[in-house]
Amino acid sequence: MINSKNFFLGFSCIKKIDSPAIALGACFIAIGSLLKNLGFTIQESIFSTLLTYALPGSLVMAESLLVGASLLNIFLAVWLVNARLYPMTVSLMPLLMHESQPKWKYYLSCHFIAVSAWLIMKNNHETVKKNNRIDFWIGIGTATWCVAIIGTIIGFLASDYLNKDMMIGLAIVNPVYFSCMMVGAMKTIEISLSIILGAILGPLFFFVSPEWSILFGGFIAGTVAFFIGEINVK
Amino acid sequence: MSSSIVLAILATSFATYLSRFLGVVSAEKIKETSKWFRWFNCLAYSTLAALIARSIIFPAGVLSESDYLIRFMVIILSISIFYITKRNLVYPTVFSAIILALLNNYF
Repeated sequence: MINSKNFFLGFSCIKKIDSPAIALGACFIAIGSLLKNLGFTIQESIFSTLLTYALPGSLVMAESLLVGASLLNIFLAVWLVNARLYPMTVSLMPLLMHESQPKWKYYLSCHFIAVSAWLIMKNNHETVKKNNRIDFWIGIGTATWCVAIIGTIIGFLASDYLNKDMMIGLAIVNPVYFSCMMVGAMKTIEISLSIILGAILGPLFFFVSPEWSILFGGFIAGTVAFFIGEINVK
Repeated sequence: MSSSIVLAILATSFATYLSRFLGVVSAEKIKETSKWFRWFNCLAYSTLAALIARSIIFPAGVLSESDYLIRFMVIILSISIFYITKRNLVYPTVFSAIILALLNNYF
């Protein structure tokens, strides 16, 4: 069903120097601690990371619960902030699809699409044969998912011992990790422009609409970068 | 478990899975050599960059209590360390957490 050799090859990405374990662990420790302070039980916190496994979504849920937002509001706010997962999935799955593999693997493993696992797969997909990629991906996803869950448990249990400065220290790890990964991913003109323009337009659109800033900024930046890249290729 | 929290978790996970699920549905029709694929690739990187930049400049949660300039400095220093250490990600991440916690304590 799942080729164990490729699965463990993917799983072992957690030990490499570009391992997302520290960054993921740190931010889910922060989430675990935040959820405890919000009144979640340990089961609910684990359940939340297990099912959602996307950090900004969990943060939005926590903030919405704090202000007593309705379920529909929570749904919409989370959907907006996590809509970035759509282009991420569309730009990853064609690299993993192979006719020898059953479709359920794609629909199940798309749950693992989050920035950390996605960036690793994008950077390493050429090292794996196409028919083995989905199993490799399930390995990466399982590894990062486990780190997130363990992080949540540690954060929940340690929340009484974490002071504000430590929480702030934990909160910066994730943006630092992703900034480095993104700078490292700037290999073609299309990608470099997408990243630079996105980083400028995202915050700029925040002044227009905080909720839509990521989608608007990202959409315009990505489309402009794509066309410039196309002209450049010709 | 309290029911409102469970419902909120379910709403959150459903809203999150929806984008991933629709992504797989669309991906089935897109070839990796097509222009559509390249466009979505740009969109994925640009929305990610937008999200990361926003979370540094207009952070939510505890990070907003640290000073803007300090945050910015830590990011720049960390990216430099990333390059100096030949793209090792362990050093810059660990460094950033310690240095920001310390700086925030002093300023």
